[in-house]
Order: sequence, then structure tokens, then C-alpha cells
Amino acid sequence: MNKEAINTLSLSEIENDLTQNIQWTVRSRIWMGTLLFAFAICLYFYVQQLIYGLGVTGLHDYASWGIYISNFVFFVATSLVGMLISSVFGLANVKWIKPIARIAEIIAVSFAMVAGLVIITDMGRPDRLLSIFVYGRVQSPIVWDIAVVTTYVFISLLLLYVPLIPDFAMISEKKKGLPKLQIKIYKALSLGWADKPEQFKVIKRLIQTLLVIIIPVALAIHTVTSWLFALTLRPGWDSSIFGPYFVSGAFVAGAAALIMALYFYRRHYHLENYITEEHFNSMGKILVLVSLIYLYFNLNEILVPGFKPGTAAGAHINELLSGTESTLYWAVQIFGLAIPLILLLIPRMRKPFPVTVLSLMVFVGAWFKRYLIVVPSQLEPYLPIQNVPESFHHYSPTTAEVAITAGSFILVLIIMTVLSKVIPLIPIWEVKEELK
Amino acid sequence: MAKEQNKKNSRRDFIKKLGIVGLGSASMASIYFDKKTLEEKKPGEKIKVLTTDKKVVEVNVSDIIPVEEEVNTDKLQHRGRTGLVGKKFVMVIDLAKCKNARKCMHACQSVHQLKPEQHHINVLQMEDEVNGATYFMPKPCMHCDEPQCVSVCPVGATFKRQDGIVLIDNEMCVGCRFCIAACPYSARSFNWTDPRDAEKYKDVPYDVELNVPQKLGTVTKCAFSADRLRENKLPYCVASCPNGVYYFGDANQDFVTNGTTRKTVRLSKLLKDNSAYTLLAELGTKPNVFYLPPNRKCEEPQTT
Repeated sequence: MNKEAINTLSLSEIENDLTQNIQWTVRSRIWMGTLLFAFAICLYFYVQQLIYGLGVTGLHDYASWGIYISNFVFFVATSLVGMLISSVFGLANVKWIKPIARIAEIIAVSFAMVAGLVIITDMGRPDRLLSIFVYGRVQSPIVWDIAVVTTYVFISLLLLYVPLIPDFAMISEKKKGLPKLQIKIYKALSLGWADKPEQFKVIKRLIQTLLVIIIPVALAIHTVTSWLFALTLRPGWDSSIFGPYFVSGAFVAGAAALIMALYFYRRHYHLENYITEEHFNSMGKILVLVSLIYLYFNLNEILVPGFKPGTAAGAHINELLSGTESTLYWAVQIFGLAIPLILLLIPRMRKPFPVTVLSLMVFVGAWFKRYLIVVPSQLEPYLPIQNVPESFHHYSPTTAEVAITAGSFILVLIIMTVLSKVIPLIPIWEVKEELK
Repeated sequence: MAKEQNKKNSRRDFIKKLGIVGLGSASMASIYFDKKTLEEKKPGEKIKVLTTDKKVVEVNVSDIIPVEEEVNTDKLQHRGRTGLVGKKFVMVIDLAKCKNARKCMHACQSVHQLKPEQHHINVLQMEDEVNGATYFMPKPCMHCDEPQCVSVCPVGATFKRQDGIVLIDNEMCVGCRFCIAACPYSARSFNWTDPRDAEKYKDVPYDVELNVPQKLGTVTKCAFSADRLRENKLPYCVASCPNGVYYFGDANQDFVTNGTTRKTVRLSKLLKDNSAYTLLAELGTKPNVFYLPPNRKCEEPQTT
């Protein structure tokens, strides 16, 4: 926060600043309309898939998991940033994260919820979705994954909602020009909040508890997601470090997503006094830190099997580094990890705009990294691929598949836009508290 | 009309496969006979039957009217899940005999309603890494004793029966394809689009042991021809091989029968004398399909 600038403002001016996003301007309506239109197009392709089956995708028996699954892994990964910012830094009592913690939670909630939908788009029989709950076998890692992702969404929603309670009370009393119904909903959601000291005591303890609970759950969602691969016998997947490898990668994707969200929210809602250049500087440093940890796991993941080229796992690594997918692999490692990492060491590169551009590179690289984890392993099975069409040696996603995947990103943007129209993006009561 | 005829035929075929006919007796009770028992008798011959009140009575064979037992998916599901009690099915594949005739693949694909690119059994051309020698290797499902596919299934659609057979129930499969990802032998296939001749099989009751009719959006795999085993017959692939590649039998009774020569031999001895091996044994999946090496000195597998 830019305390000097904020100190010149009165409390009501601060409240005004931080609630002025709660309204549908013409610009935001056009933006939302565009998103909805684009989403409708993607939905059309999903309907095609529902009618004709997964045959509308580029998947086949030897690449039976493609960009839907890589995208699912990516979404779960990105959602982990909520835990990183709110819990890890929050519990360590790092003060500067307070104004950005809610945006981190918004990312966590949107990506985790859409991840649940992404996995449904990969099902051959979505009509049998309920079977997983009715006949679910606890021995199956898929069932573990559903259990922990659902729990994570639930706790993340609580972590988004609970700190909103005092703000809801304030909005319902002071914000003008809102529909009556909306005011009523805020009033109901504020659960009779009256700014009493004992109420603050309770809410702080509750938030503290949630922040502790979400740590193991967040670690679990991405560890279990990595186990979908690591628990199989396939070379390239059968790896004991997949859990921490995925978790460290998740923080990279999540931190990059948070930086981009901060940039756009800040610019669009004029939050410059609250989300400062210092936030971008610090987030840039965090991105360096998590990228270094991720790099370390990459090194382990590549070097250890790669040193034994005769083994199936070693052959897989060789294929990745110098085979058909090697161009993509090196592009991801260089442009999605190495270059941003080095550039972010320069202070000038941690200014809002450059750090956002670098984050975008990291974000895109992280998406393709998931593709490289999921797809190539399947195209190199133990036994040769024979007596099938030549196309079964490769995998190329179809238009429908790309559109459905794009739809998941559009849905995240829709959720993030809607949330930014109904809740303050920065915890107002915590800002006030800081100023005291 | 032709379609109607088809429907009837497939239904009749189905009843035949069950090998069961019934009889409407004077007491209105039905008596079920093995079809064979009935066919062996000439008209006019007498047959002894036991009534429900435990009396033995003689009836004329010509008085017996076959009664169609209702075949429905529930019954097929029940017996399909239970399996054949006391058996443990194994297959032995003699790689020295395989000449890539592919009769096994074709028989399998035609009976299981598969498309040309879908394989329950696939004959692969293998190359020995050390000496470069090539040989043909038929590869069905290994029906592992430690099946990875079964462990990962979220709903229990794929399961291992007490007789060792791993089946897929496409009435339950949710199409997540985790089993395909988990199988190191690439033994499974998916119905990405409408199955072959879907219209033709539309009204056939689903038999989990045959996995027909195939369904869109579900996984399919080799069933060791569980439907044939129920009739005491050899699997489709085994019976159709012209080159004596396949042996099939029961490990509990320790014998296997060659699908071409119909010669029955001791399983343990066949495996031991010919240095049999399993595929990717190091993975610990414990396959029930054994291979006899392709380059043995003797032409006939040693069984003495």
C-alpha cells in the first residue's frame, strides 16, 4: 500500500475507492458480452462432443489423455497460489500480502472450480458422472483427486467469503446506487456483522484456522494429481518425485497468474494506491524463488533417469531432450522458465508492465510443460504401436478440442470478472486496520 | 424386414450359445436340458427326468418342447461378474510357430464388434534388441494377477474374476481412460466414435463376457473369450489359429490344449521345458499369458 497517499484520504474516500468496482459500467458490459459470446462458441463444440463422443478430439488409443488432462493439471496447479500467498506468507505475518490476498483467493477459487469442469469434458461418458460418487472405489487415485479438489474448492470459498463478511456489512450500509436485492444479499451475507471487537476476534481466529487447514489440502490436490501419472508403470510418469515436482511447478504457474491478475485489476479499477509497484517487485521476487525451486526439481527429474540411458525412463528423457517433442521442450524451458528467471533478477524488470509480460511467458510455458508431461509418455509405450493408422504415432488436438480448452480459460475470466463486479478486490477492513 | 430378421437371428444365436432348452411338461414345470443331451436322442426315445417333487419319470423325447429362457443383461451381468468357479485360465503363446497369419486378430475383431484399428489381440512384429532377429508376437490382454487397470478404475467397471479373467463392464465404464493410461501392455482400446455396426447390435442384450454390444465412450478389451469358456470351448483367437501357436487351459488342473492340434499337455512341464517367460515381468504385474521363446532349437515344444 502507498500509505502516504492513502493517509491523505478520509475513511469514506478509501471505502469509495475500494468499492467503485462494484458496478456494471458500459465497458464492463461489453467485455462481459464478448466473453459470453466467445464462451457460447466453445459451448457449441462441447455439445458436438456430447453428441458424437470423444471422436471429435484428436485423441486415440495411444494418446488417450491429451490437452484436456494437461489443462486440468494446469488449472489445479494455478489454483495453488491461494494457499501460497494467504497461508504461507499470511501465517508468516508478511504484511504486504494483505491487499493482494483476496485476488489470490479469487484465482484459487476460479481455477479450482473450472478444473472440476475440465475433467468432466475429458469423460467418455459424462452422463455417468454420478457413478463416481455412488460406486466410487477408494482404491482409485481419481477418487482421491475428486475428494481433495472438492475439499480445496470448499475451503477456498470459505477463505474468500469469511474475510468478506465485514466488507459486506460495510457495503450494505454505505454503498449507494445498487439494486435493492443486491443490498439485501450483502446484508444477509454479512451475518449481522457490527464491527464489534469480539467479532473481529472470532473472525481472525476463524481465518487463521482456515489458513492452517488449507495447507495440507492444497499440497494434497496437486500431489494426488501428480499421482494420476506417478502411480502407473509408464516410463516418464513412474517417478517418485512427481508430487513435489508438481507442487513446485504449481507455485510458478500460480504466481505468474496472480501477477497478471494484479496488473489488470489494478489498471482497470484504479487500485494503484493499494496495489503498488512494490507489490509487483515483491511478486517478481517470489516468482524467481519458486522458479528456482522448480528448476531444481526439473534438474532431478531429467538428470537422474537421463544418466541411465539404457532404462525405459532414460530413453524417455532422451526422447524428450532430442526427439520429436524436443523443440517444444526446449522452447518451454528457455522461454517459459530460464529467460524470465534471469530477467526477473534485474530490478527494472520487476516494474508492473515488464513483470506482467514475463509472467505471461511463464504462464504459457507452464501450460505447455503440462502437455509435455502428459502426452509424450503415452506415445512411447513399452510395446510397439502397430497395426493402427499412422496418425496414432502422433497426437494433434482438433479445433473442437482447442475450443473446449479455450472455453475453460474464458470461463475463468467470466468468473473473475463477475467476482470483481460484486465484491471488493481488496479487504477494506484490513486496509483500515493497517492505517490505525 | 431384413433388420427384423436380423434381430431375431441374433437373438436365436444367443439362445443357442447358452446351450439351454427347456421343456414344458404335463405338470407345467419347466425342465432344462443341455442342448447336446437332447440332440443325441432320437425321436421316440424315452428320457428320464426328475420332477420337482423328486420323482423320476420317463417322457418321450418328442414331447419335449424347447422353451426359450429369457436372456437379459441382469442375468448376464451376474454370471459375468461371478466367473467360472474353480478355474484359473492361462494362455501359452508359442512364438516359434507364429507366422503372422492374423486369423486370431480377424476372428476376434469380427466377434467383438471391433473396428480395424481396435485390437483385443494384436500381432506385433518384434525385433530382438541384441541380435536384431525379428519375430511375430501375438499380444492379447495379459489378465495380470496384479492388474494395474483394475487398481486405478474409479468405479469398478473393470474387475478381475475369481477365474483370473479381467473384464470390462461397459454398462458402468465412465470413460476416464485411466485403465488405458495404466496398462503397460497397451492392451485396451476405446470407443472414440460409434462402434462398428452399432445399428445391427442395437437390441442385443449386453453380455459382459463378450463385451458386445460395444458402447460409445467406453473402454473395450480382451476377455479371454469368457463367453466361449463358459461353453467349454477354446477362445476365438485360439481356435482360429492355423499354426498351432496357442495353448489355452486351466492352471488349477495344470493342463493346456493347443488350439490347432487339440493336443492337451501339462502346463507346468510345457513352461519349464521351453523356458517360458512373461512380458515385462520386471513390472511385477504377474501375467497369465506365457510366451515360449521364438528361437528354440526344436520345432515341437518339448513336453516329455
